[in-house]
Amino acid sequence: MQDLGSAFMAAIALVRDGDAGMLAILGLSLRVSLAALGIAAVVGLPLGALLAVARFPGRRAVVVALNALMGLPPVVAGLLIYLLLSRSGPLGSWGLLFTPGAMVIAQAVLVTPILAALSRGVLEALWEEYAEALRSFGAGPWRAVPTLLWDGRFALLTVLLAGFGRASAEVGAVILVGGNIEGFTRTMTTAIALETSKGDLPLALALGLVLMVIVLGVNALAQGLRDVALRRAG
Amino acid sequence: MVKRDLLLGLVLAGLALPAAAQERFITLASTTSTEQSGLFGHILPIFTRDSGIGVRVVALGTGQALDVGRRGDADVVLVHDRAAEERFAAEGYGGPRRGVMYNDFVLIGPAADPAGIAGTGDVAVALRRIAAQRAPFVSRGDRSGTHAAELRLWQEAGTDPVQGRGQWYREVGQGMGPALNTAAAQEAYLLSDRGTWLAFRNRQALRILVEGDRRLLNQYGVLAVSPQRHPGAKTREAQAFINWITGAAGQAAIAGYRIDGEQLFFPNAGEPG
Amino acid sequence: MLPIRAEAVSYAVGGAAILDDVSLVIEHGAPMLILGPNGAGKSVLLRLLHGLLRPGAGRVTPEVPIRGAMVFQRPVLLRRSALANLRYPLALAGVPGPERARRAEAALVEVGLSALAGRPARRLSGGEQQRLALARAAALEPEVLFLDEPCASLDPAATRAVEEIIRRVAARGTKIVMTTHDLGQARRLAGEVVFLHRGRVVECAPAEHFFAGPASAEGAAFLQGDLLW
Repeated sequence: MQDLGSAFMAAIALVRDGDAGMLAILGLSLRVSLAALGIAAVVGLPLGALLAVARFPGRRAVVVALNALMGLPPVVAGLLIYLLLSRSGPLGSWGLLFTPGAMVIAQAVLVTPILAALSRGVLEALWEEYAEALRSFGAGPWRAVPTLLWDGRFALLTVLLAGFGRASAEVGAVILVGGNIEGFTRTMTTAIALETSKGDLPLALALGLVLMVIVLGVNALAQGLRDVALRRAG
Repeated sequence: MVKRDLLLGLVLAGLALPAAAQERFITLASTTSTEQSGLFGHILPIFTRDSGIGVRVVALGTGQALDVGRRGDADVVLVHDRAAEERFAAEGYGGPRRGVMYNDFVLIGPAADPAGIAGTGDVAVALRRIAAQRAPFVSRGDRSGTHAAELRLWQEAGTDPVQGRGQWYREVGQGMGPALNTAAAQEAYLLSDRGTWLAFRNRQALRILVEGDRRLLNQYGVLAVSPQRHPGAKTREAQAFINWITGAAGQAAIAGYRIDGEQLFFPNAGEPG
Repeated sequence: MLPIRAEAVSYAVGGAAILDDVSLVIEHGAPMLILGPNGAGKSVLLRLLHGLLRPGAGRVTPEVPIRGAMVFQRPVLLRRSALANLRYPLALAGVPGPERARRAEAALVEVGLSALAGRPARRLSGGEQQRLALARAAALEPEVLFLDEPCASLDPAATRAVEEIIRRVAARGTKIVMTTHDLGQARRLAGEVVFLHRGRVVECAPAEHFFAGPASAEGAAFLQGDLLW
């Protein structure tokens, strides 16, 4: 209880003092997670929409694989990216290992299957409703993809938030490929891991509280925008 | 459209980050003990200020840090397992090895001290008593320098802890900090480097029980990754770092780092350590 | 596009015949009303003629993916504004931007929805939604417009508004092919009647002949309001 109390006090102090180190770490966390989310959205959402409309042999297998990939252990994803980006690996010349770019890639790899699988589910229901009308307009599956993505935008926002949650909470992959380098690749989650291992549990928990408040804020903001837009656009 | 542009901007912002950081830098693979004790936070800014070279520290166990060097993912390694360092150099991955500094290991345990080792001053005797009592002992179990040192000490004590594996001998496979957290929670004994112990905050009932034995010396060495093996390695900057840390300025910076007035690391680059 | 011919078309789902050996010709002229009791196969016939379904046997010509435009019993409106709903199929049809805007606006005016142009389409009332769906299909200026029970769930006022629009579209030369189970509506709109019963075309006649005296017993029973199955 004493630890919890001091964690709350420490969290309040961190925010009140606008601790520069923490703000930098928080900023990096948000930038990495949002960049990863952006990449994952560009890849995952159209993929989900395509799976919702396309019928081809092996589609079920792809869907099952995608659902399974949602549970990809971050450490495994991190390890794969590590081996790819290592100077001894095939992409070593990019010089991305132990940089924020590597963390963005790792999180994008983790988040893309989530966005694809969840958006497929959401958009399949929409496609059931739209299919006849769109075919009547002469739109094939390819043309239906952007239509579904736009018309499903409010439901997809929830999907994006799920992806953002996964990205911002993730530590196993980013610590591997980022290296938790102070001032360069240290994020909120790797800082929490570090403070935990230094035995400063109140500070670790305080950082965790700050992260949760930020994630909560992002979610509330997105939901608010969604509600406003929904009222205006139906 | 606005949304799409925003996303694109975010992606670019995320990827552009590395370019915003220091242009000249080296990646230093080192140990959790040096990072978590706060030593790097003290000495590296001095090096960067004097040389214009940034240092990105990836803190791992000694075994992992050497592996990162082997893969060419670091330019310099600074670790504490002499045998492993010399193997690294002999295999042609880098070197030559240079001694940098030392501190010492301490044998930590609960204040209640069920194995009764406090005050022996002889680490081999202490370990034999722990094994005889089957008192809980947390091992790093992660091929780190501290783990290697611990195994060497068991060997010198003539005891094989592996028969207690899964019972009183508990290998956590993690860094110094998590091992200390585990030992604190389980009231177990363990071997720690003094620096991490001094910086560690969650001690609970843990105390230093054995220290000062010559066999507890903890020597750190530094090696540059070989440009023959990895053409991408930044040899010139790496050598500048090694020259600095083994030279007068670096050695003075190491000697100047203290926690609560206590010196954590003792420079000895001049000695054949 | 016209004439559209169905030649010995059959269609079955899971072994159960929905349509059996249906032949008919759609040519320019007054609205064609497809009548028949529930389950006669009216909706399926319309989808076959439009091109949404492919016949199990026989063929529909011309053999192109989609023939004409169609309005469904329950209008499928996109989650966009009324105006955006109108623009969407025009864009798909390759109508250039300025022309697209002009046609969309004109269609809205025609169905009396220009005041609601910016409203989310799915927030409109049932009658407004069906008028919007009609405007959307008509804006494509199709040669033939298929309407599947367009007034099935509308109140009399909304039905009258929709019928008015249908008449105007027909007057511009668009061939209307429409199903209904509302005999009154059929009398008001029909130029020719196709009477469908148990998946077969029982009668194909000018409207005044059919309503004056159907040639078939089933047709007569249907007109008298007897239950057919």
